[in-house]
Formats: sequence, C-alpha cells, structure tokens
Amino acid sequence: MKAVCWMGKKKMEVQRVDDPTILNPRDCIVKITSTAICGSDLHLYDGYVPTMEKGDILGHEFMGEVVEVGPKVERLKIGDRVVVPFTIACGGCSHCRRQEWSCCDNTNPNAWIAEKMLGYSGAGIYGYSHMMGGYAGGQAQYARVPFADVGPIKIESDLPDEKVLFLSDIFPTGYMAAENCEIQPGRSVVAVWGCGPVGQFAIRSAFLLGAAKVIAIDREPERLRMAESAGAITVNDEEGDVSERVRWLTGGRGPDAAIDAVGMEAHGSAYDAVKQTLKLEQDRAFVLRQAMRSVRKAGNLSVPGVYSGFVDKVPMGAVMNKAVTMKTGQTHMQKYMRPLLKLIEDRKIDPSFVITHRVPLSKAPKAYEMFAEKKKGCIKVVLDPAA
Amino acid sequence: MPTLVRSKPRGSAPAPARARSRSTIVVPGNEGVKVVRACTIRKPAAELCSFWRRFENLAQIIEHPVTIVAHSETESRWSVSAPGKNRAEWSATIINDKPNELIAWRSLEGADVPNAGSVRFEAAPGDEGTEVTVSFEYNPPGGKLGAFLSKMTGEEAGQQVTEALRRFKALMEAGEIPTTEGQPVGEPQRSKMKKKGGKP
Repeated sequence: MKAVCWMGKKKMEVQRVDDPTILNPRDCIVKITSTAICGSDLHLYDGYVPTMEKGDILGHEFMGEVVEVGPKVERLKIGDRVVVPFTIACGGCSHCRRQEWSCCDNTNPNAWIAEKMLGYSGAGIYGYSHMMGGYAGGQAQYARVPFADVGPIKIESDLPDEKVLFLSDIFPTGYMAAENCEIQPGRSVVAVWGCGPVGQFAIRSAFLLGAAKVIAIDREPERLRMAESAGAITVNDEEGDVSERVRWLTGGRGPDAAIDAVGMEAHGSAYDAVKQTLKLEQDRAFVLRQAMRSVRKAGNLSVPGVYSGFVDKVPMGAVMNKAVTMKTGQTHMQKYMRPLLKLIEDRKIDPSFVITHRVPLSKAPKAYEMFAEKKKGCIKVVLDPAA
Repeated sequence: MPTLVRSKPRGSAPAPARARSRSTIVVPGNEGVKVVRACTIRKPAAELCSFWRRFENLAQIIEHPVTIVAHSETESRWSVSAPGKNRAEWSATIINDKPNELIAWRSLEGADVPNAGSVRFEAAPGDEGTEVTVSFEYNPPGGKLGAFLSKMTGEEAGQQVTEALRRFKALMEAGEIPTTEGQPVGEPQRSKMKKKGGKP
C-alpha cells in the first residue's frame, strides 16, 4: 500500500510499504477512505517531537471500512464504516473505566520511554513517535486498528466522510478544550489562542456550550475570518499587545477561561525560537505564558495544544496568585465521539467548514509544506488515499 | 522491602529436605541484585494469583525468551537464553503459598543463577483492583554468563520486572499485550528490520 513516511525534519515521502495485518486478537484492519493532516503532525514535520525514526508512517485522523477483524472482535464486522479515534484505549483499565481514555494504561508498547520522559505513560497514539507507542499511522491506504471494539465509532447514516472525519481528533479535541473551561451558559467569556483547526472547533464548541462571548487570537487573516464567521471577536496578535486588548475586550476583568490551542510552536518570542533550535528548550511556550497572564482571577486555563517536553519561564506566580485552574491532556476521545456524532446528525454543526484543501495522498509531502507555511490560505488538508 | 529469602518455609508447600537442612538464604546479605516493583491491576486477587501460581504462564509476560516447565505443584525448571550460546538454568521451588495473597519461590542448589522472589497481592483502595508487588533478587554467578549478569545493574533488573508486570497487567485487563511488531514500516527501517528478522 501507499503510506506517508516521516524521513526527517521537513522531509515527508510517500512510500510503498507492506499492507498491515492482524497482530493481536482484538485488532481490525481498516481500508482508509479519508485521512487528514493534523496541526500536531506539524510538530513531527518540524522535528520537535523526540523518538521519531525515519520510515515511520504518520497520520492519526482517519476513517474507512473494516476489511478484516481479529478473532476477539465482537462489535465490528467486515463492511462497517468507522471513524477511528487517534488515541488507542483498552477499555478495561481504571482510566478507561473513568472515561480518562487518553490515559489508558495498556496500549503503549513503548511505555518505558514515556515513563522515562513523563513519569507515567499515556495511551498509544497512531503515527506519533515511538514514545507514544510507535504505531503505524493512518495517512495510508490501510491501517491496523488495535482494540477495535473500544475505539472506532460506526457511522450508520449516509453522512459523507467530510462531515464525520474530524470525529477522529480535532472536533472532540476542540470540544474537550471548551468543556475544560467550565463555561457558564450566557455568562462566560472564553479567549482562544490559535485559530487553527482545533481552535476553530474550540470556538464553535464554546458557543455550543453557551459561552456569552468568544475572543479569537491569531495572525492569519483567513483563520481570523473563519473564527469571525462562527461569531467570535477577533484579535490579530501582530497588531499590538494581546493581553491588553483581551483585557479591555472583557471590561477589564479578563476572560473567564483561556484556551491555548497553539502548543509548542508558538510564534512571538525570539528567545524561545533560539532556545528551541539549540535544543535548550523543547517547547516554545509563548502563548501559554500569555494565556496564564491574561486569564482572569480564579479563571480556567485549558490547554489542548501539544507540548512534548520542557518549557522555560512559566509565570507560575500568575497561576498561583490568581488562583488559576489548569486543565489539559490528550483528548479522551471515546467519551466525546458518540455525543458529537449526534450533534452532527442533528445539524448543530457541520465540521466540514474547516476543510480548505483536498489533495491526493500521493501529494501529501507538498501538502505538509503548504500547511506548515500556511500558504494558499491552508487551514485543513484532507487526503484521498485512493488517489 | 520484605526480605523474602529469609522467610521460613511454611504454608502448603513443604520445602525439600535438602533445603530445610541448610539455611534458606539463597542470596547472601551483601551480594546480588535486589529489586521491588509494583503495579495495580483492575482484577480480583484470586484471578491474578491463580495465573501466577501456574509458573508456565509467566513465560507469556517475561519479555526475555524463557522456558518454564512445571515438574510438580511446587517445583519448576527455568531456562533462560543468555548472550552467545549460553543458557542459564535452575530449578525453583515454592516456599510460601498463601492463596490469593502471596507466592514466594527460590532456586534450588545447583542453580546457574541463584535467585529468590515473591509476589504479593493486596486489595487496592476503592475499586482500583489489586496491588501486585514483586520482590526479586539474584546472585550473579562467575564466568562469562556472570560477567554479563553482573553488568546488569539493579535498575535494569528492575526494568525487566517492571515490563513483566506491565505485560501481566495488559494481559489481565485488556486480554492481550500491546505490540507493533510486524506492522508496516517505510524505508530505511524496513530493510534494517528484515536483517534483524522482524524485530524492531
């Protein structure tokens, strides 16, 4: 089959590789019909995530048709149309039982690496470094899906791929980010740093949860326009001090909640860019710091943005003295997929709004470059594995 | 840390006469490598204990290739591959067996690698399941094999026990041990793996 392989920093390659096979009794094989490039794939593309190896197959946002099932798969059968969540969960450990799916104990075969770096290991993730399990990803024509009865959600209606594909990551991720804000309907003001795909879903989810006002911060005109069309008030971070403007847009109180939907590659600080390049700092935390300072007293800070290691100069004084609560984590996917599918079926939201480019899988390397450099107004790329 | 090697043989498993006539110290005080590792498994102690009590089952959870043959209710023969064409072999006997609570074992005389260990099953708070604590110690022998085993620090031995517990937990809770071995991969990894016979 064809698959998108990581070949080093800013080097992607479409290669012919073996088709996946069932390796464990609870696996299934999915023939992929649609797959996407995630903003978090850019952290891999830019070489900032440790434990990548040349030849790793990328991709963690995919859906398709079940073509093979392992002997212990009960719920799925051949021919089922499924969306696959990006985190892999066993369904049997304490974390899964508590709906903390992305903290599953039993799905990272390389848990020891994650334990060395993070203390404890979270769930395995498709195509997201060996530290996160080293699972082959879904920017390919087929994928092996472990714990097939726990992860994939069946799509039984005739909704097209583009409306349900983002249940694989960015819609639940944006939704959980908004949920972590503890929005009071009709009262809460939420500020969202980053209007990439996760930011866009966080903005819309905040409104779905009843936010009175959403302030969206970015520097790309198309992204700000997209946020505006959802009803957000926009702030271009290149046009002056963001914290000041957010403060005056909230009557001097500061937002009740702040969302960092940018993560480890924030723009804005030469200090971090240099340190990150010299490997003195793994993550550029410019947005995180700004959000910590901007959020109101006793407010909530929600961090869906990906960080992989250490950050410098965290204003802990602001967090402590303002009594800020911080919530973060990889998305507990299985908790959100079903209710969010219902929202799509009920036409409360059509996630396809975020797609700006549809590209054949064979053109993925160019698409990565376009997305990374935000060329041609690129916000979200969907890849067609058949082309 | 419970110093299990000094515990007197008791419970349902009588130690063989030869062992009883001597001290039960398998690994003398200041020698050897000792580790204690624990994990919590969301299953009742009875289920976990009965898996562990059949020592042949342990080959599934020990990452290193090992052959375990049970000779009786209490005695088993272990054979572990070592660098080169070496093998380390020993017989082990159960010296303490409290159903659903504790299993302790030690190697018999003549072991290539004298060792002793125990696994303890205790209820975790709330509905978290069972805390499983393994204590293990071994005494590196002389010779080539000993040199290799001596190089293995306590931390590495600890990591082996950690991995065995991790696999045990996955097998009990998820019904299988997670793997990526044999999945597709691009070049240059693919060629490298083919050379190594499929091992990542």
